[in-house]
Amino acid sequence: MNRIDALFASLRARSRKAFTAFITAGDPSLQVTLGAMHALVEGGADILELGIPFSDPESDGADIQAASMRALAGESPTRLVDVLAIAREFRSVNQETPLLLMGYLNSLLAMGVQSFAHHARQSGVDGVVLVNLPIEEFDQMRPIFEREQLSVVFLVTPTTSAQRAAKIADTASGFLYYVSLKGVTGASHLDLNDLARQAVRLRKLTDMPIQIGFGIRTPEAAAHTAPYADGLIVGSALVKRMAALADTPQKIPDAMRQMAGEFRAAIDQAGTS
Amino acid sequence: MNEPYAEPDASGHFGPYGGRFVAETLTSALDQLASLYAQARQDERFQSILAEHLKHFSGRPTPLYFAERLSDHLGVRVHLKREDLNHTGAHKLNSTIGQALLAQRAKKRRVIAETGAGQHGVATATVAARFGFDCCVYMGSEDIERQRLNVYRMRLLGAEVVPVDSGSRTLKDAMTEALRDWVTNVDDTYYIIGSAAGPHPYPMIVRDFQRVIGVEARAQFMEAHERLPEVLVACVGGGSNAIGLFHPFIDDAAVRMVGVEAGGEGIETGRHSATLVAGREGVLHGSKSYLLSNDDGQVSPTHSISAGLDYPGVGPEHSLLKDLGRVEYACVDDGQALDAFRLTNRLEGIMPALESSHAIAWVVANAPELHDSDVLINLSGRGDKDVDTVAKHDGVRI
Repeated sequence: MNRIDALFASLRARSRKAFTAFITAGDPSLQVTLGAMHALVEGGADILELGIPFSDPESDGADIQAASMRALAGESPTRLVDVLAIAREFRSVNQETPLLLMGYLNSLLAMGVQSFAHHARQSGVDGVVLVNLPIEEFDQMRPIFEREQLSVVFLVTPTTSAQRAAKIADTASGFLYYVSLKGVTGASHLDLNDLARQAVRLRKLTDMPIQIGFGIRTPEAAAHTAPYADGLIVGSALVKRMAALADTPQKIPDAMRQMAGEFRAAIDQAGTS
Repeated sequence: MNEPYAEPDASGHFGPYGGRFVAETLTSALDQLASLYAQARQDERFQSILAEHLKHFSGRPTPLYFAERLSDHLGVRVHLKREDLNHTGAHKLNSTIGQALLAQRAKKRRVIAETGAGQHGVATATVAARFGFDCCVYMGSEDIERQRLNVYRMRLLGAEVVPVDSGSRTLKDAMTEALRDWVTNVDDTYYIIGSAAGPHPYPMIVRDFQRVIGVEARAQFMEAHERLPEVLVACVGGGSNAIGLFHPFIDDAAVRMVGVEAGGEGIETGRHSATLVAGREGVLHGSKSYLLSNDDGQVSPTHSISAGLDYPGVGPEHSLLKDLGRVEYACVDDGQALDAFRLTNRLEGIMPALESSHAIAWVVANAPELHDSDVLINLSGRGDKDVDTVAKHDGVRI
């Protein structure tokens, strides 16, 4: 059983919800990223999601776009090999926390999907989320990821039909990433009534853990959303805070630890669905 | 090629290219669009309404014009397909009329578009006014600066022009931003893509609506000469005017076809937009195709004096046609395009767009080899919008 499956099994046994924290690798530097990862875990994150910086992040809102640009700026832009190196360094200290890489397909194509999957596995990565890779196009790559036992997480959105959601659940591994709104990451028009309806619909289709992401910017939003899922994914809010501290990067680990703690507490207090 | 050239498969793959690489939110919208278009394509009434609009609103058919003085000058018989005489001054309207009819059929109230040179933005704003849609056009702030005339035209037509400040602030960033808008507003919005690019079914839809160029040109040349031209030449940015001209000729093996990309300041400088000449396989804006990107998969900054060619990707069908060897892809640089722009003004009294000037420039550069043959160039748009750019290049303030 890989780390993601083991985590959800253990959380379910304890009726707890997962908290996944997203930050972009290399924003503002690789060393800061590594410190922030450990701090997020200390603050209470169960799963880490590390963004692979990409020049044209078409599904990301302003905060995560800016994070990608910061990671790619300057003399030594963050490369995919650097992201894998950070994963390996993190894993040399922390053997428990599941680690996912999130990004766009072109980064993997440039390295070669096979080579990427192999090195990701070797670096202690547990899975990937590829925003612009739908299940149909994934089919031919599937054996590569299976061979390396990497989970491939797929997104389900409010526009996904029930039939398609079932197909996605069959294809996905690790968990289902329910995008709580139509829009880009970090958008602000979350509709809780709609979310509740959608979550019930999705729950009927699969036993796979469901995590909600894309619109959860505050601990309050986390508290309201948590009852509908097995876990929550928070990204833009963390990344925005990091951006605000870009000039004083030494303060970033403490800030991440604190924010993770606040989201953790909100999720834990929300009770169960 | 021995077998007849085939349509893309059901998922929009042109050989290894094309397909649909988008965020899940858009999948259902693209499925709906694909089935909507499949119906419209077979619907005689839709096709006849489209034909009416092309005739009476856009002014088609456009002439196929024998450029006598340019021909004498080059020693090549040059025939210009006058898409510059299409309403709004470029081939873009062929596709925006068709897509506006699709948007109407889908009962959307709002259309969005990306634009580089502003020609597609103007063509979209025009059909939005004609059919009564709200309209929002995304345009890189650098392009807004160099295409101010078209920006103001769009505003006069009632469109909102949204400057895009991310990335290189050109066409690719405008398209990225338009995709973000569509992901957010997918319920009431139709995205009118300008080039034969993007996720399936767009490359097929835009190509089909632009095929009118090649269908007309073929019939016009046949009627005048009772044979086919020897060479077809068109500029390629995303490649919509080129695929529109080429597609009806693909199975005519004797017809040579050349797509001309923007060599910018020279391939060796890295400041160019010659995707098929110098790119590699990649995924951007919803499809797999040739792409200008670095070893790490980051999309490369591009350059061309012509904003409409300043794009790092290219339509997937062109990638297949390159691999099949059915179309040759070449490039000319900024200077050659400017020279061809001037030459066509002086010899023919026609001001071509800087995009189309690339196609003419390739013929100029290869005139000795083309001696005495019939070459049909797609004059995809008129150059009024480029007067500022050319004047600036000449150091003239107007």
